[in-house]
Amino acid sequence: MNAPFTGQPLIRAEDIAHLTGRARFVDDIRPEGCLHAVIARSPFAHARLLGVNTASVEGLPGVVGVITAADFAELPAEIPIRLAPLAGFETFLQRPMAADRVRFVGEAVAVIVATSRFAAEDAAERLEVAYEPLDPVVTYDAARAGASLLFPAAGTNIATRYTAGMGDADAAFARADLVIERHMTAHRHTALPLETRGLIAHQEADGILRCWGSTKVTQWNRRALAVMLGRPEHSMDLIEVDVGGGFGAKGEFYPEDFLIPFAALRFGAPVKWIEDRREHLLTTNHSREMEATVAMAFARDGTMLGVRARISADMGAYVRTNGGVVPAKAAQFVAGPYRIRDIALEVEALLTNKTPVGTLRGPGRYEAHFFRERLIDLAAGQLGLDPAEIRRRNLLRPTDMPWSIGKLVPYEPASSIDSSDVPAAFDAALDALGYDALRDEVRKPRPDGRLHGIGLACFVESSGAGPSETARVELREDGGLRLISGVSTQGQGHKTVLAQVAGDVFGGAVPMDAIELRNGTASLIEGGFGTYHSRAVVVGGSAIHLAGQTLRAKLLRAAAARLQLRAEDLTLREGGLWREGGTQPIASMAELHAWMREAGEAPDATETFRPEGRTYTCGAHAAHVAVDTETGQVEVLRYVATEDVGKAINPLLIHGQAIGAAVQGIGATFLDELVYDADGQLLTGSLADYLVATATCFPNIETITLENAPSTLNPLGAKGAGEGGVVACAAAIANAIADALKPLGVEINHLPLGPDRLLRLIPETPA
Amino acid sequence: MKAPPFAYAAPSTIAEALALLAAHEDAKVLAGGQSLMPALNLRLAAPSVLVDINGIAELSEVSLTPTELRLGALVRHKRIGTDAAIAGAVPLLGLACPHIAHGPIRSRGTIGGSLSHADPAAEWPAVCLAADAVMEIRGPAGPRHVPAEAFSLGVFTTALRPGELLAAIRFPVARGRAGFAEVARRHGDFAMVGAAVTVELGPDGRCADARVVLFGASDRPIRRRAAEERLRGQAPGAALLREAASLAAEGLDPPSDLHASAEYRRRVAPVMVRRALADALSLPEARLAA
Ligand SMILES: Cc1cc2nc3c(=O)[nH]c(=O)nc-3n(C[C@H](O)[C@H](O)[C@H](O)COP(=O)(O)OP(=O)(O)OC[C@H]3O[C@@H](n4cnc5c(N)ncnc54)[C@H](O)[C@@H]3O)c2cc1C
Repeated sequence: MNAPFTGQPLIRAEDIAHLTGRARFVDDIRPEGCLHAVIARSPFAHARLLGVNTASVEGLPGVVGVITAADFAELPAEIPIRLAPLAGFETFLQRPMAADRVRFVGEAVAVIVATSRFAAEDAAERLEVAYEPLDPVVTYDAARAGASLLFPAAGTNIATRYTAGMGDADAAFARADLVIERHMTAHRHTALPLETRGLIAHQEADGILRCWGSTKVTQWNRRALAVMLGRPEHSMDLIEVDVGGGFGAKGEFYPEDFLIPFAALRFGAPVKWIEDRREHLLTTNHSREMEATVAMAFARDGTMLGVRARISADMGAYVRTNGGVVPAKAAQFVAGPYRIRDIALEVEALLTNKTPVGTLRGPGRYEAHFFRERLIDLAAGQLGLDPAEIRRRNLLRPTDMPWSIGKLVPYEPASSIDSSDVPAAFDAALDALGYDALRDEVRKPRPDGRLHGIGLACFVESSGAGPSETARVELREDGGLRLISGVSTQGQGHKTVLAQVAGDVFGGAVPMDAIELRNGTASLIEGGFGTYHSRAVVVGGSAIHLAGQTLRAKLLRAAAARLQLRAEDLTLREGGLWREGGTQPIASMAELHAWMREAGEAPDATETFRPEGRTYTCGAHAAHVAVDTETGQVEVLRYVATEDVGKAINPLLIHGQAIGAAVQGIGATFLDELVYDADGQLLTGSLADYLVATATCFPNIETITLENAPSTLNPLGAKGAGEGGVVACAAAIANAIADALKPLGVEINHLPLGPDRLLRLIPETPA
Repeated sequence: MKAPPFAYAAPSTIAEALALLAAHEDAKVLAGGQSLMPALNLRLAAPSVLVDINGIAELSEVSLTPTELRLGALVRHKRIGTDAAIAGAVPLLGLACPHIAHGPIRSRGTIGGSLSHADPAAEWPAVCLAADAVMEIRGPAGPRHVPAEAFSLGVFTTALRPGELLAAIRFPVARGRAGFAEVARRHGDFAMVGAAVTVELGPDGRCADARVVLFGASDRPIRRRAAEERLRGQAPGAALLREAASLAAEGLDPPSDLHASAEYRRRVAPVMVRRALADALSLPEARLAA
């Protein structure tokens, strides 16, 4: 393949290892003498922890030791907030293990370390723990009422409350011809990567405490661990190995990220912990559970005048590393990609006796877009407007850019949408679906009796968070490139994409297969912030671009000096170093490396990229569904998702991201749900009960990647491309089902949309 | 999620298996392992001995005469779904099989295991009831035969006594038509509710006999005799099927779980009966709501 590599649908360099079983996931690592940890967990949602009788398991076959909270009571082991600190949160942080009170089913009460996983589980079954049950707080109302408190000293279960806004919502609503207001809910679900969490910790002979696993933010996690263990950062390293998916939940700092290193130090041996699926459903961050009362004000012609939202998020039992991202982002994105200037928001984060929440692909956006897009369809119905038309009249236009979205998030500065062409993205979705023809088609009776409907939804999505990324690019002695980056990888394909970015800086002088990526390990390079908010390529890629440019200039300068030519007359492209206008290369990249050596110059460069703001993508989803009104089952006949990613560095990978995200989002809308009973017991603790979309569930998804609005905020023009596919799924599917069921007068305000819920909404007809 | 300790035995004859079961009161038979192994790993079961019957060749035998199909208890779901002679003899088996789980599970899971496990939403117990099958049981007191209706007794409960082994299932070769319908959350999940029906048409084109079975609607698969009675002697038509379907739902007291409330099952059960009958009798118009 020839440069430019950017824009080419290159297959993933990582695939060969993954497809031939040569990838190395954390559980593939088997250090000699490795001990195995199993975590004893609370069966109660809320209880006083009266005592853990470690003697009940000490001495059992294979048991090496037991750790309880008392063993590290003096360490400052509170897990800090990484993102979205909101006033009041500091009171509700989690320690790695319960000391005197358990606050959710699954909270750690002891770590049992044994010579095998089997022995550890046998012992865990026999561990005696004394509890005194307390009233569990499971609902929004119970949390607000505060009759039972998770943190009595705090005096409240309300972790935070704030208001935000821009413009003058009161005036906008006063002027409105139509106000639509609904109480709506989004449901608790989780990320469910194929590979669960897992960790191996070992203090090796050199005195360095090393942890292998999935840590999307290795440098931050190492910093946190250093504080918690009370030892210097440089005496430890977090090493990221191959990762089987993360989706926002995996790789955050969890209790086990302290407990397993602590156990390794305590017992002086490598300790491995692999989360099982039940633990995963019980303890890895949940997300998305919130209730909202949202109102939109419209003029008679469909113009959107303003939006008000009161959002209450169920945070679970503690505030974890992701702080208030979920509710804050739901509030921020409630206005969507429309020309709405008057916004009033009230946000509340509530503690309940459930698993704590964190981010999940498109945190807050999936929920916010659902709330708003439902209201838009209701308004269209009342105003007699086509759902496409009412949206088109209000979408942001390219001439509106940059569009201020104000300061709607307390812990962030004001923000603006950098660039967009939403109407083009919307039209692309409508065209692909054949909207105009389908509009009439769906109302015709079908031979199988099912009702058909179309659902539309538009979205805006932010990506590319700062503060910065640092990258180093090195020319190898064989003429290849080594890229060193502080972003980590959970399966997205960075090795391929970042190589494309770097390769183009050198004009194709280095072939793709001679570019290696080293990333994900804390000690590799200072100034890495990791992988979240679709930032690895946008920010990390830009840093590589800058470092590559610096190295390229350095190489040309050195070559010019040696050849006694002007650097401007030299260039790099396929084959190596060329003189401008020359007919053959002057030197190979390997020779250039040798020249640098001779000249005593380091053939590398390090640069930091600091984005001035976030990048925003926009797009639209369009769904065509058929509803069986006798069973409540829905078939997604077609699903189209468009997203303008600014610059598609690898369209094939973006396609994979978009399809995967759409399956995840549509699946979540129909299937994924974490259900708790009134006692705070999780009822969906296995994959027989927690249902997730499989490859055969939603086969008819088409995605379209657009490049009409390159970002103005980074040298690549790139924007995030990993989350747009998920954020409008609930909105488009709910609108499509509501459209199908319109003849029956059905409205959809609550998720998920399983057959039982739908059938309750559908009036019964005789069999 | 690791199993508690257990001993393992792999007999090669039924007699050896029975001896092992007699010697260890809390022993469990291991067939395809598709229900038992998850139960062990979740520590919901802790037998002291697993008696692996996969090495007993005769349990995998299939035999067919002009009047009877006999499936050894170890015959895998996959074989039942892909062997044309089996589906030819008892069409309901072929219709139901694709609804059971997924390829890898069908390759291991056995009909005997499914019947012995007795999940109320499983397909095979319902099919056996609708197809009038008889269970061939071997035990310390000698062989005995139990008709399907007397075999499934409740949630995870069968007529198998301690120390007994389900050896084979005998089906009369079908003389009529068959229909099968179910709703599940995803394809391959256990049904929320479903129906398996057989109908014999007389020379006059009227229903000479019918068996209507619901599953997932009670603690075991259940025959709906009022519906069967309604069909008998009548000429098939959409209106008749609707009436039979309504009768099938009468008096149901279905369970509620995470995936479907009792109300859902009550409402959808007659729809499944109607659709299964419509398919059996090739009356597509009867599939539609009135
Ligand atoms: C993901 C998944 C989805 C599934 N979906 C479905 C579905 O949609 N429909 C469905 O019907 N099933 C489903 N199953 C269950 C599957 O069909 C099993 O194969 C079946 O329930 C048990 O058969 P087995 O041979 O695996 O039995 P095992 O798991 O080996 O045994 C099950 C039980 O029966 C006993 N047993 C087994 N054989 C005998 C015998 N010959 N005599 C006496 N006792 C015996 C065992 O001791 C044990 O108690 C699913 C399973 C999984 C894992």
